[in-house]
Amino acid sequence: MRVTFHIPGFLRPHTDGASRVDLDASPATVGEALGMLWQRHPGVRDRVITETGKVRPHVNVFVGDENIRWTGGLETPLSGHPEISIVPAVSGG
Amino acid sequence: MVDVRQVSVKEGDVLLLIGTMKGAFVLRSNAARANWDVAGPYFAGHEVYALAFDQREGRRRLWAAPGSQHWGSMLSSSDDFGRTWTNPESAPIRFPEDTGKSLKRIWQIRPGPEDEPDTMYAGVEPAALFESHDGGESWALMRGLWNHPHREQWQPGGGGLCLHTILPDPSGRQRLTVAISTAGVYRTDDGGRSWQERNHGVRAEFLPDKYPEFGQCVHKIVQHPSHPDRLFLQNHWGLYRSDNGGDSWKDIANGVPSDFGFAMVMHPHDPETVYILPLESDEFRCTPEGKLRVYRTRDGGGSWEALTKGLPQEHALETVLRDAMDADPLNPAGIYFGTRNGAVWGSPNGGNTWQEVISGLPPVVCVRAEVVGDPAKVRVPKPGVRATAKRPAKARKKAAPKTKRTGKAKKAAARPKTRSMKKRPKARGAKKRPKARAASGKSARRAPKKK
Repeated sequence: MRVTFHIPGFLRPHTDGASRVDLDASPATVGEALGMLWQRHPGVRDRVITETGKVRPHVNVFVGDENIRWTGGLETPLSGHPEISIVPAVSGG
Repeated sequence: MVDVRQVSVKEGDVLLLIGTMKGAFVLRSNAARANWDVAGPYFAGHEVYALAFDQREGRRRLWAAPGSQHWGSMLSSSDDFGRTWTNPESAPIRFPEDTGKSLKRIWQIRPGPEDEPDTMYAGVEPAALFESHDGGESWALMRGLWNHPHREQWQPGGGGLCLHTILPDPSGRQRLTVAISTAGVYRTDDGGRSWQERNHGVRAEFLPDKYPEFGQCVHKIVQHPSHPDRLFLQNHWGLYRSDNGGDSWKDIANGVPSDFGFAMVMHPHDPETVYILPLESDEFRCTPEGKLRVYRTRDGGGSWEALTKGLPQEHALETVLRDAMDADPLNPAGIYFGTRNGAVWGSPNGGNTWQEVISGLPPVVCVRAEVVGDPAKVRVPKPGVRATAKRPAKARKKAAPKTKRTGKAKKAAARPKTRSMKKRPKARGAKKRPKARAASGKSARRAPKKK
């Protein structure tokens, strides 16, 4: 299986500049897939999740078009060739 | 792409480190503190509540704590006055897993005492103290305070439950004093193993029991290095002084328009002199009567005088937050403060006269004033003499193209303008100031800023 991550601009200094990261792997869940992402790019981890392992409140993670907040969070199951997008929430001022 | 400006800094320069809600700026001047070059914004879009400058053991290291609503709080340092900053892979300050907590904001970065050149402290939200003993490379939660039986009962203040002030002991004792909103003052005398509340005499206006053991909303405490047991405290209502390291406090709100406020600054040389910036009340956290006034005591709180020369005295409803005021160590000392409306004011003469240093910044939350190298070696020119002799008009003209060197005239024009702190001849000043102030965006200063 293949997993594709879409990386927002702010995190690209930690993915060697890449806006897209492809992994040949078969993670069962989003949490597992993200774990693989920061195994390769450790700088991404603390900016996406907190010390308690939760996705930061103003960061959204999508599988395809679905926000994982409504599909089981980090336990959201993966199948096929999932495209996972990390997106800062539209918040702030 | 954000256009980031840089400045060249040399020994003897004065630095103003400005943390705002949308980035950090580094301003530099020579000892006259009359003209300021502006660098930044660094960490554009990030709030920067904590800045520090560590010069121990020959370092020239800036520290910043950029925080993002999206991506969390980081700790970053620069050894070249802001040209490059570290961008650590992992968050250097993090709560251990067993605490079940996550870092919300870094409120304070504080280099330790001179004789412990690799010790650093950080105060954070949720209220906790972190320490480093390798110059800021790695950090650990100070468990002694974290395990304090009071901690579960500490309550968040308006800014959150934060440990915002850290006073290392300059006299070599194993003492450390911190202030927490809302918990009060805590002190350790054994290097952090055990902590005791030090709030005796400090009033908690907002609680049924006005003098509780803890739970006071202390906004700022300051200490003079030559008198480490002499502390001053700006409370959420109340001004206090302690002569015994915080064991007891006495009220010193003698003749101030309000004893509510956030900022408080110790004079670098005189342990009797302290500066505050009173605000109307907890309901209306703006300068009373629309007058922007710094208050100074020169007798340890026995009396306070308003410092207003050069500061707007009408329609100035300003807010100055707890870390947005500082003093440089020159003689005479420079005193500086930044406002939530994005202006920074400075006085090169201990508060006697003031001038706007810069305006048009995002809301200012942190101001640090530093001298690069040994301040005792810096000669401060006499006012007036220096302004013409040391920085002739030609030199100023020379400096002007600096802003245009990028070739982005539009952007340069949109940038915040620096103000001269030079004292002008009276007649000229009276004529020119309103014009200059209007040009500097006085109306913008009053207009409510988008958050």
